[in-house]
Amino acid sequence: MSDHNNKKWFSLNLGNGKKEAKGSCGCGKTSGGCGSHTNNHQMSDAQFDAAVDASIGQEKHKDGFDQVFDVKMDRRTAFRQLTASLLIGAGAVSSSCSVVVDDEAKEKAQIDWEEQFKGNYKLMTDNEKKSTVDRLMRSYELRKGKSINMSAANAEEDVLFGYAFNISKCQGYMDCVSACVEENNQDRNSQMQYIRIHEMKDGQGFNFNEADDNYYHEVPAEGHFYMGTQCFHCDNPPCVDVCPVQATWREDDGLVVIDYDWCVGCRYCMAACPYDGRRFNWSTPEVPENEINKNQHYLGNRMRKKGVMEKCTFCVQRSRAGKNPACVDACPTGARIFGNLLDPNSTIRWVLENKKVFRLKEDLGTEPKFWYFMD
Amino acid sequence: MRRLKVFTSLVKDSLDTTTQGSKRYHIWMAFLTFIMLVGMYCYSVQLEFGLSVTGMTDRVSWGLYISNFTFLVGVAAAAVMLVMPTYVLKDIDFKQAVLIGEGLAVAALIMCLAFVVADMGGPSVLWHMIPGIGVFNFPNSMLAWDVIVLNGYLFLNISIPFYILFKRYQGKTPDPKIYVPGAILSVFWAVAIHLVTAFLYQGLQARPFWNNALLGPRFLASAFAAGPALIILVLAIIRTFTEFKIEDKTIKKIGMIVAVAAQINLIMLVSELFKEFYAPTHHSESAYYLFFGLHGKNALLPWIWTAIPLNVLATIILTFGKLRNNFKVLYFACFILFIAIWIEKGFGLIVPGFIPGPYGKIAEYTPTGIEIGVTMGIWALGAFIFTILAKTAIKIETGKLRFKKK
Repeated sequence: MSDHNNKKWFSLNLGNGKKEAKGSCGCGKTSGGCGSHTNNHQMSDAQFDAAVDASIGQEKHKDGFDQVFDVKMDRRTAFRQLTASLLIGAGAVSSSCSVVVDDEAKEKAQIDWEEQFKGNYKLMTDNEKKSTVDRLMRSYELRKGKSINMSAANAEEDVLFGYAFNISKCQGYMDCVSACVEENNQDRNSQMQYIRIHEMKDGQGFNFNEADDNYYHEVPAEGHFYMGTQCFHCDNPPCVDVCPVQATWREDDGLVVIDYDWCVGCRYCMAACPYDGRRFNWSTPEVPENEINKNQHYLGNRMRKKGVMEKCTFCVQRSRAGKNPACVDACPTGARIFGNLLDPNSTIRWVLENKKVFRLKEDLGTEPKFWYFMD
Repeated sequence: MRRLKVFTSLVKDSLDTTTQGSKRYHIWMAFLTFIMLVGMYCYSVQLEFGLSVTGMTDRVSWGLYISNFTFLVGVAAAAVMLVMPTYVLKDIDFKQAVLIGEGLAVAALIMCLAFVVADMGGPSVLWHMIPGIGVFNFPNSMLAWDVIVLNGYLFLNISIPFYILFKRYQGKTPDPKIYVPGAILSVFWAVAIHLVTAFLYQGLQARPFWNNALLGPRFLASAFAAGPALIILVLAIIRTFTEFKIEDKTIKKIGMIVAVAAQINLIMLVSELFKEFYAPTHHSESAYYLFFGLHGKNALLPWIWTAIPLNVLATIILTFGKLRNNFKVLYFACFILFIAIWIEKGFGLIVPGFIPGPYGKIAEYTPTGIEIGVTMGIWALGAFIFTILAKTAIKIETGKLRFKKK
């Protein structure tokens, strides 16, 4: 964390700064024993690749087992077929198809086991990160028969992401909201949205109390202006401090992220966030198979499960690949600006230097990396 | 080896004790078991469909479970009000009541932990919170502190009474040198569990309703009113239904404690109300919502306007010695005080913290049937555990249950 020595928010210096979390672990040990260093990577990479290759070849085809049994039939036919196959010889059946099935079932079970008891992503080495990502991709393939691409890219050096929002330009079209939902595989049932667009009345200033963040009418509405909020990726995030299991943290490039598999779902972070930036999966998130964005990041838009927190990650799967977050690209008015705060030539730096910018609830000392400005 | 034998015999004897009793006892236990089963069914529904079966939403993300958790931490802490005079100040009066108080603390703590688990989105990964195996965010997260202090307090409150009963069971006198240090520690610990639980809310700059320096002290005051009030009611029941002798003096003394705590609690309430309403700021909106409703949203009004008059009435009754020393009046006052503080410290504290939301959105919260079912199940679990503990303890204390004396 490069900002450690020159942080701008007020904090008492008691001479015992927070421990650097990277590479070491909450237990204080640097090697095994606390459980967070577990190396539960039991299948060698070579074996793994072989398994992946073997199954990708027949991705589109049903394997032997499915061909026989995944067919609609009435009970009588089913019985006959089953009996017949039994008569033909259990040995033949087991040697021809169920070996494959057994292997797959075994592999699934193995993956599930390792995923259930893996450590906290924040404390994983790059190898461990890679193996969990590989496991997750393989697991998806085994279950859905389709392959996804999941990245475990770490923060890059000399990058600190920041965001600026032009209040004069935003017209409330909400294209950013739909782009975000599509990009980040959010639950369609509960209509979860990371971004909220607040419709405010002209002449009342920034009066959030009177604003409507759930409008269904033609925009821009007469006599109104619009302001978007989402996770502000604070430099001093209150949500991170309160998490009892360190399932959420601030990455070196400033992104505040969550390990969905480590989260216990206590929702303390939600209570601690002053910006309504966090969302909870109250039920199993559902995204239609054909709408799933298969370009994923472990900390970003990979599929979540029920009972865990999630939030805006500035589209980590895009931003760490050198692209803008989906909301920025989707905005038809150019109200959204994203970039590297450490790059003096970036647009975001130009905005910060040439516009009268402000942030929300600055008195709380959270230091958001999300600025508002007007033309 | 001998100890193990005594222990096995104690377990057997207490099993006998708890499975035998009057018809009324059996009906009571069957009733509790039924409620627990209903609660378990409700919880299984919640496990299957997720927390969406509760009334909680992204806007109000803590509800009935956390409300009850907060209140019960106070009840657990209140056992100390009996421990202190008995073991530390050597006031014999309370000796009869103290085991009951500690039993109540154990039951309350188990309920607390059950409520926390019920509130978790991922109970299957709760091992992430176990120090050593998981990653514990200590000392940053107040929730991590809370896990430590609650489990520590549970351990203290199980081990001290167990030691005393274990000795009595063998017809020996417990050695004060062994249990008094533990008792003194538990006095401080009780204050700690409640302060830490208050800090859990108090430390959130995002929620001005909680982010107030009086929250911790007020937690303590209300806990030391509600907890002993419950103990008085329980002692009253035990006095009527068992041969366990509890002197009038004991109940009167506990009544005094309740009275003082209730008065302090009321003073702090006035101080809070003054701050919120004399010069209301943007941060007073939650209090406005709680007491008067905001923009026509007023789901909490019936609750809080039940709690406040009950609270005031109980405090007035308890203040006058003549009223307080009339047991029928005392029981009534304790009952309404308990209800009042349950509302105020539960619903009245947790829900308004989320309303209005960070951007002023007012979304109300109503618990669902499933949520209420789980909550009642956990309360029944607490009552069940307490009944078992109390029944065994009373049998040993009255000398009816002794090692090899059947």
